[in-house]
Amino acid sequence: MQFIVQGYPAYAYTGGRPYEPKAPAIVFIHGAALDHSVWQWQSRYFAHHGFTVLAVDLPAHGRSPGIARTAIESMADWVSLFIEAAGLERAHVVGQSMGSLVALDTAIRHRTRVERLALIATAMPMAVNDAFLAAARDDSPAGFDMETTWGHARNSALTQSPVPGMFLAGASRRLNGRALPGVQHADLAACNAYRPSADALRGLDVPTLVIGGSRDQMTGPKAGEALAREIPGAQFVLLDAGHSVMSEAPRPTQAAISRFLGPGRLH
Amino acid sequence: MAHSGPKTPHPDTLAVHAGQSPDPATGSRAVPIYQTASYVFPDTETAAALFNMETPGHVYSRLSNPTVAVFEERMAALEDGAGAIATASGQAALHLAIATLMGRGGHIVSSASLYGGTHNLFAYTLPRFGITTTFVPSRDLDAWRAAIRPETRLLFGESVGNPSVDVLDIPSIAAIAHEQSLPLLVDATVTTPALGRPFEMGADLVMHSATKFLSGHGVVIGGVLVDGGRFDWIASGKFPTLTEPYEGFHGMVFSEESTAAAFLLRARREGLRDFGACMAPMTAFQILQGLETLPVRMDRHIANTAKVVEYLAKHDAVVNVHHPAIATHGDHALAERLYPRGCSAILSFELKGGRDAGRRFIEKLSLFSHLANIGDAKSLVIHPATTTHFRMDDPALAAAGITAGTVRLSIGLEHPDDLIEDLGRALYASQK
Repeated sequence: MQFIVQGYPAYAYTGGRPYEPKAPAIVFIHGAALDHSVWQWQSRYFAHHGFTVLAVDLPAHGRSPGIARTAIESMADWVSLFIEAAGLERAHVVGQSMGSLVALDTAIRHRTRVERLALIATAMPMAVNDAFLAAARDDSPAGFDMETTWGHARNSALTQSPVPGMFLAGASRRLNGRALPGVQHADLAACNAYRPSADALRGLDVPTLVIGGSRDQMTGPKAGEALAREIPGAQFVLLDAGHSVMSEAPRPTQAAISRFLGPGRLH
Repeated sequence: MAHSGPKTPHPDTLAVHAGQSPDPATGSRAVPIYQTASYVFPDTETAAALFNMETPGHVYSRLSNPTVAVFEERMAALEDGAGAIATASGQAALHLAIATLMGRGGHIVSSASLYGGTHNLFAYTLPRFGITTTFVPSRDLDAWRAAIRPETRLLFGESVGNPSVDVLDIPSIAAIAHEQSLPLLVDATVTTPALGRPFEMGADLVMHSATKFLSGHGVVIGGVLVDGGRFDWIASGKFPTLTEPYEGFHGMVFSEESTAAAFLLRARREGLRDFGACMAPMTAFQILQGLETLPVRMDRHIANTAKVVEYLAKHDAVVNVHHPAIATHGDHALAERLYPRGCSAILSFELKGGRDAGRRFIEKLSLFSHLANIGDAKSLVIHPATTTHFRMDDPALAAAGITAGTVRLSIGLEHPDDLIEDLGRALYASQK
């Protein structure tokens, strides 16, 4: 479904159900050089369990045109405007990796738009190593290989996928490969640079869930747990997965988010 | 492009391990055979979620099975694709691809150098369902381009044609397909991912008869269809089966559901569900036993073939040998570029003396088995004009590179000296 944000079309997948703004809404935010489809299972599950789902494609990602934002704060501003453009007062905001920083910053600077906050595979700071940034800057295939390999549990290619018949790393690599030139670097640089103040984190009064992957090679579980300690009242849940928690552990991810958000409203 | 960043494990490692974890229930290191039709739902909530694709998992073995999934994921990893679907045969994989992409009125442009069964499907069977095919000489790029019509939905060819052993110029034909926003499906049965990966050359979909080299033992019939995950179905605008609501699954729009795997979703959720040509778990297990050794076996197949080709090319009873390893073969340079490890353990040749010489030759062989298959550990021989391609008329035979005197060999894993001795005796007998 398309909305208009700042004059540009903004795509969001609604989980296979018509858009229903009266139900409690969840905005899912993807990671670097990815799109809404990383939330395939969660989108469909929550859309059929009493929630309005809006799995967005950030500007210049997936099916949303526009200019890639170069700072997490700009992406968060866009998310806030998206929630408004969708005709919602507020929404639960759930993000993974870069999307977790966007979700966090949306809660910090657009507090009234965020009902509950879920941060998946996250870290603060989310430092990106120089080789990764350099490869992304050059639009080298190495950048996508790094994101794919480190973005899943070690040797994920050598394990059975929870999704029968899908080679998760291969599918993720192909999704990365669809990114427009420069987008991966813009995203990674934004992650690397984002530093909210300690006061902003300590002052956050939003119910927050942090989900970590015990085999995450990018944002290790200790980093997620540390961030959860910084946010007052935040819960931390550790799942058996790498960085791509939603596809590597789809059912536990759904269960954790579901427990945190509580029941939706039956359609 | 070479780079120093992390990569997935090498194909040799993937062939042994990809897609399998030690069994969570028993710790079994070998792939267990989940010989079951269905799966117990822990509760009604989970059952509903599985049926509605809100959560992944197994429901019924026509749709997916844990043993079959190991084979699918291993093949997807070996081909560097997004995912795969195993099928009852190679022909079922081809039908699944076509039925997922088009319906009545659809059109295929195909290489004329084809396995006889595929030619049957395209020339005789699919027209009954309103799908037509234009056959083009595999090397004539202008003919490929000229054959594309507004209703064309697929370009198709075999990586190495059977039995003509001509090499498909995948990069050039993929470029022609992509100029028209069309996908290229490659039957890579002869080359296997051990010798070359069509996705790296530009193909969009790959299929195999898993009965052949993937298994290597010739004890099962199976197929597999792999999606590279690169083709942009939405931008193409020619594939409503993937980009418009499907009433057969609650109005699902597959391209919204999954950007990289929309094709696989529809093929599994409609194609396997409704046509039902799934792979049995025992079959998957048996193919996996062969797949573990694929890279090692293919090297030996290729080495043996090189010796046989060299021997036949010098033999007085042989008019000519069709194999890209021969410098005068029309695809020699292309084969060296696309398949530096070698491209085919299949070869064909013309005997002096035509059909009668061919009959004497085949009947005198003792180590080679006379049968309709390729890609076995055992060396095989057949006379295509009277067997695999017997339904084709003379022009079609000629287009496929077959004459009355063509003999096809599939070189196995025996010692090459023994194979050459067997061939020598039979060649001598053929000229009497």
